Amino acid sequence: MTDRPLKVLIAKPGLDGHDRGAKVLARGLRDEGFEVVYTGLRQTPEMVATAALQEDVDVVGLSILSGAHLTLLPRICELLRAEDMGDVLVTAGGIIPADDVPALKEAGVAEVFGPGTPIGEIAAFMREHAQPRS
Amino acid sequence: MGAPAPSGTQLAREAQAGSRRALARLLTAVESRSPVAEEALRTLYPAAAGAHLVGVTGPPGGGKSTLVAALVGVAREAGRSVAVLAIDPSSPITGGAILGDRIRMQGHAADRDVFIRSMASRGHLGGLAGTTAESAAVLAACGFELVFIETVGTGQSEVEVASIADTTVVVQAPEMGDEVQALKAGLLEVADLVVVNKSDRPGADRTAMQLRAMLTLGEEVPSAGRPRPKHPAVLLASGLTAAGVTELLAALDHIHRSGVESNGPHAARLARARAQVEGILADRVRGTLWSGGERAGTEALMEQVAAHELDPYAAADRLWRRLEA
Repeated sequence: MTDRPLKVLIAKPGLDGHDRGAKVLARGLRDEGFEVVYTGLRQTPEMVATAALQEDVDVVGLSILSGAHLTLLPRICELLRAEDMGDVLVTAGGIIPADDVPALKEAGVAEVFGPGTPIGEIAAFMREHAQPRS
Repeated sequence: MGAPAPSGTQLAREAQAGSRRALARLLTAVESRSPVAEEALRTLYPAAAGAHLVGVTGPPGGGKSTLVAALVGVAREAGRSVAVLAIDPSSPITGGAILGDRIRMQGHAADRDVFIRSMASRGHLGGLAGTTAESAAVLAACGFELVFIETVGTGQSEVEVASIADTTVVVQAPEMGDEVQALKAGLLEVADLVVVNKSDRPGADRTAMQLRAMLTLGEEVPSAGRPRPKHPAVLLASGLTAAGVTELLAALDHIHRSGVESNGPHAARLARARAQVEGILADRVRGTLWSGGERAGTEALMEQVAAHELDPYAAADRLWRRLEA
């Protein structure tokens, strides 16, 4: 049980149609030895929360390029807390202005990774900050 | 770290009372073969006999996930609660996995009576994860009437799902090979039902016809004392358009019901019991050999076999003696 692979949900909430970044990350995390649940494009916050709940993931990684991050990401964090999943690590990536990061962190997003962040850095952050669970 | 981890019995009770969070955590424990899972399964196993477990298998890209999503839709229209276990392969190199079957099933994300869980195979061969049978038992005990078990994309001989499911569907896509493919032993033999999926694509009728022709070549009554081969029906369906899916679910239910009436699934249940117990035993043996105290000795033996200083049988004998001691 000690070496259970980290389980990560990679989801794209909202209405942008560009998932190359999410796919690159999913593939990169696979190569880091993570089990990556990939749910694809155009997810509502409810869909993301349900998938996180049913899959019992350690980490939720959200990729968003549409500009709706200040609406969608806090909503997802809220739904996770409502499902008693407040201990799940939430990270975000995509096109997110630096000015918006404090508000996202306030809402429950642990870290925001901009374009060009090495996958290894993201994996290391997830390994370090995901809650150890049974 | 938060509150202390709940016990297996407590998680089992909460999951049976309808807590999806408890159910999800329980499945994680089962996947990790943790003591929590062992405790929970002692409580749950007696309640796990009622569900219909449907195995869905076939080659990668044949449309298994899409078809399962369509089947879930039909079952939900009839008011039945449904769970899905979707297995995808783990990397033999890094241990990582991409679990991508949910993508096709997101239409059911808002429905509380549908529970979808992805599983990585974690080095287990045969098309499933080593703990799929136990996971299905947990879902059955928590009240899901219908549990679909979707295998990894299979080749010709990954037939394990048939020993775990009550009813097995082999999903084929049009234009995947000529008649000789359908003559071969293996995957098609374990089918209770064969579905040519993507019936909206050209060539589907022809593929179904070829499969029917080949699958009915065997003698109805085999020579005395020989096991009786199955004679599966071949149906056409499209997961994408949902054509033929209502008929498919009805056919599956019919096979299951007639099996229950004739006590047919007894052999299947026995095979499932055997697969589970043997899986747990194999896991325990492996766990012991590679545990802290034994690890160095096991590694040294493996080194000797790798260097051809010791033959593999002799190494296995020594390890076996150590297990007995």
